[in-house]
Amino acid sequence: MSLDEFFVTGDPMIFASQIAIGLTMVGLIALITYLKRWKWLWSEWFTTVDHKKIGIMYILAGVLMFFRGGVDGLLMKAQTSRPEMGILDAQHYDEIFTTHGVIMILFMAMPLLIGIMNVVVPLQIGARDVAFPKLNALSFWLFFVAAMLFNISFVIGGSPDAGWTSYFPLAGKEFTPGVGNNYYAISLQIAGIGTLATGINFVVTIIKMRAPGMSWMKMPIFVWTTFITSIIIVAAFPIFTVALLYMTLDRLFGTHFFTVAAGGDPMLWLNLFWLWGHPEVYIVVLPAFGMFSEVIATFARKNLYGYKSMVYAVAGIAFLSMLVWVHHFYTMGNSATVNSIFSLTTMMIAIPTGVKIFNWLFTLRKGRIEFSTSMLWALAFIPCFTIGGVTGVMLAMAAADYQYHNTMFLVAHFHYVLIPGVVFAVFAGLYYWWPKMFGFKLNEKIGKWHFWLFVIGFNLTFMPMFFVGLDGMSRRMYTYAESTGWGAWLGFSAVGSLIMAAGFAALVYNIYWSFRYASRKVGNDPWNARTLEWATASPAPHYNFAKVPEVDRLDDFWYKKKKGETGLKKSDLKPVHMPSNSWTPIVLAAAFGVVGFFLVFEWFTLAIIASVGIVVGLVANTFDYDDGYHIPVDELEEEEREWRGDLK
Amino acid sequence: MKAMKKLVYILTLLFIPIFLAGCESKLLVFDPKGPIARSLTDLIVYSISFMLVIVIVIFVLFSYIVWKYRARKDDGDFEPKEEKGNHWLEITWFTIPVIIVIALMIPTTKTIYEVEDIPQGYEEEEPLVIHVTSADWKWIFSYPEQNIETVNYINIPADHPVQFKMTSAGTMQSFWVPELGGQKYTMANMQTNLFLVADKPGSFYGRNTSFNGRGYAHMEFEVQAQTQDDFNEWVNDVKTTAIDLTEDKYAEILEPGNLGRMTFNKTHLEWVNHAHGGSEKYIDSELYEISHDDEEHEEESEDTDEQIEESNTEVEEDTSDSTDADHSHH
Repeated sequence: MSLDEFFVTGDPMIFASQIAIGLTMVGLIALITYLKRWKWLWSEWFTTVDHKKIGIMYILAGVLMFFRGGVDGLLMKAQTSRPEMGILDAQHYDEIFTTHGVIMILFMAMPLLIGIMNVVVPLQIGARDVAFPKLNALSFWLFFVAAMLFNISFVIGGSPDAGWTSYFPLAGKEFTPGVGNNYYAISLQIAGIGTLATGINFVVTIIKMRAPGMSWMKMPIFVWTTFITSIIIVAAFPIFTVALLYMTLDRLFGTHFFTVAAGGDPMLWLNLFWLWGHPEVYIVVLPAFGMFSEVIATFARKNLYGYKSMVYAVAGIAFLSMLVWVHHFYTMGNSATVNSIFSLTTMMIAIPTGVKIFNWLFTLRKGRIEFSTSMLWALAFIPCFTIGGVTGVMLAMAAADYQYHNTMFLVAHFHYVLIPGVVFAVFAGLYYWWPKMFGFKLNEKIGKWHFWLFVIGFNLTFMPMFFVGLDGMSRRMYTYAESTGWGAWLGFSAVGSLIMAAGFAALVYNIYWSFRYASRKVGNDPWNARTLEWATASPAPHYNFAKVPEVDRLDDFWYKKKKGETGLKKSDLKPVHMPSNSWTPIVLAAAFGVVGFFLVFEWFTLAIIASVGIVVGLVANTFDYDDGYHIPVDELEEEEREWRGDLK
Repeated sequence: MKAMKKLVYILTLLFIPIFLAGCESKLLVFDPKGPIARSLTDLIVYSISFMLVIVIVIFVLFSYIVWKYRARKDDGDFEPKEEKGNHWLEITWFTIPVIIVIALMIPTTKTIYEVEDIPQGYEEEEPLVIHVTSADWKWIFSYPEQNIETVNYINIPADHPVQFKMTSAGTMQSFWVPELGGQKYTMANMQTNLFLVADKPGSFYGRNTSFNGRGYAHMEFEVQAQTQDDFNEWVNDVKTTAIDLTEDKYAEILEPGNLGRMTFNKTHLEWVNHAHGGSEKYIDSELYEISHDDEEHEEESEDTDEQIEESNTEVEEDTSDSTDADHSHH
């Protein structure tokens, strides 16, 4: 393979990116060296096993990926803003919508949600960390390495170009012989291992590490949604692992699981993909529901209405989510009976979802609704998501779907589900838990700009897509003729996407501004909230709670706070056992990345040599007898005194 | 506060278009030109009416609650009462969606079964059989009884059932003529079936909706419904003027690329039916390799190929050429 084939050449935009990436890397390395921050980075962040720091790294990576996926989206909008545009050619457009989809789902939505879960869940259950802190670090680094591997594809070797669904036979070597779709198979496999480990980690954490007295029905709703999400992860991700393994075998070793030749069955890929892919939608949406519930309860200053039915609704949605995958291909020639059954199961999801909407509305009712930025996101979610929901029911009706399938109507629908359902939630969660992570609030005024620009832009971008879809425009078309009459709709949509981008810019500016100027005196409970994470300092100390809290009821902190029982006695302090930092996760993940890279290019000898690194890492890990360390009482006392004033 | 008012106002404005969607007759899906598409449109309009009610109820409730229970400056001490939930209310908003799902499910199931068959009123007629073979990135239509084959357009008799037996020569595609009916996938080594009827003569837009590579955006075709006489005349014309399809020519057609329209005597079903295998020998993965450098050059050469092929094989015939495959209503 010549260097010319190794690097993607010939496209000025990609060439510019190559230069920009190179310069940024050099700049970053120079900057860190100049500031003498390498050691700090290594010991405070790269080797950390602290769930809060890992969460913050997830969030940072997620925001970065949001930028990358967003740029992809903007390029697509620019290319389709007018008929016969010439910004991107067909191949480039195909690569961009593929990476947009993969990045937004797996490298933006997932890490942002898992990041917030990481920061918040142990605090909400009164734990000092997750059950397996080192595994947690490994999860993060596997995700991060996978994201980087996926992202370099557009400058080295070429991006995947078969859509985020990567349908076979198209995604097979027969029709896409380049390395692009190898990147898809390998990097998602690596990220998937990390996610699976996260799922296991949170299931165990929530089962085993709740504070004394916190029985199941006393858990905060966000913990419930995280728990159920983690169960779906454990159930669904192995399916994707197997599908990707078959894909890898097909592409790298010439097997015929999904090919046209030699009796392969592409329909098998569709089934396996959506057996994972549909639950995946709920993996990202359910924790978001949990966040909205927390935010709405806090800013309506009321307890969550119908807490128990909310829990049952989430469990019901999770159960049904495993039984609906065929609705992604009603048009594959299934029998009328099959399509009828899956129409029914799909529509049934609307029932628990409707229950949730009404419970949120009734939480607001008779409350005292405070329009903080965080609450605005939660409020805007309700009407926007309703649009996504009702169009979802329309799509669920198999016969009607024959007219919507693969059209822009579908694209509009799932953006109306995923953006209000996930992105709004992440924003709500970031504004809400930011003080707990960093010890200062994000600016409310800039936050409002962020909110209005983004929400208006979102509606302008995606509402027109329903109409072009009903007018016969299928998805993933890089160009269209003027005679179709779609130009006006899509031009409108492109303008909307710019407004949305301005909203994102406002968020970035808000982070910068608040980091520099926001007041550091926020106290432990700046929103007058209800759950345990607000019982400890902001930012939360690395040991979370000096004394593990005891829980008597749901929203225990809220009632104890009113009775003034949140104080700490000096006599209660005991040395705290904490896990030690570890270099194995990052090194092991890096080895995965190197092996992955070689596999993408099918350099098998090199891949085998590099996999020695993985084996060494795993073996070394088994010899790690570090049992962690204890924080002495003096140190706890000092830290607690800093924010509590004097201890009793 | 001002912010909230603005929110409600803007959202309402934004959602007006969706309220109007039902009556927007210009959109293709709402403009059926055959019995199958009509039953789908009826179902869609029926479902939209339910959805409108749901949307309105939730929006009104939402706006009312958010407005009424907003925090005011002078009620800082106001401590809302805790509410556990209310069984009857919760049972109500559980039951109503159940009823809605049932109300939607019954016509959905009926329609699902209905569109799998020859539409009502046409059961007595022997359907015209057309084999659809989708390839990268063109549509090949074979008329076994007439023994003719077309590329990227189909002529059918109006007011007469047509049975499409569909397969693919490689990637997965989806055959869709929105004004006549719903879509269905085409897959190599598989056969899917679709019935369509056009009420009256006319030209209808058809395309692939399942992404399958570089030429996907241009993978369109035209369905031209004609009177039975015009259709017969066209068949006769093709038989007397079009050249014979050969195996070599067919292999050439299957090479990846976009093509114009073509018409042939004979069908490829004589030597290969992709529904029963045999596609592999036409697939050459080298032809799918990408090079960002050569892109433009490649496209140019494809264009010239097209022109040559068109001028060699296209039957200059009034009915098939008078309209282009586009939305005539726009």
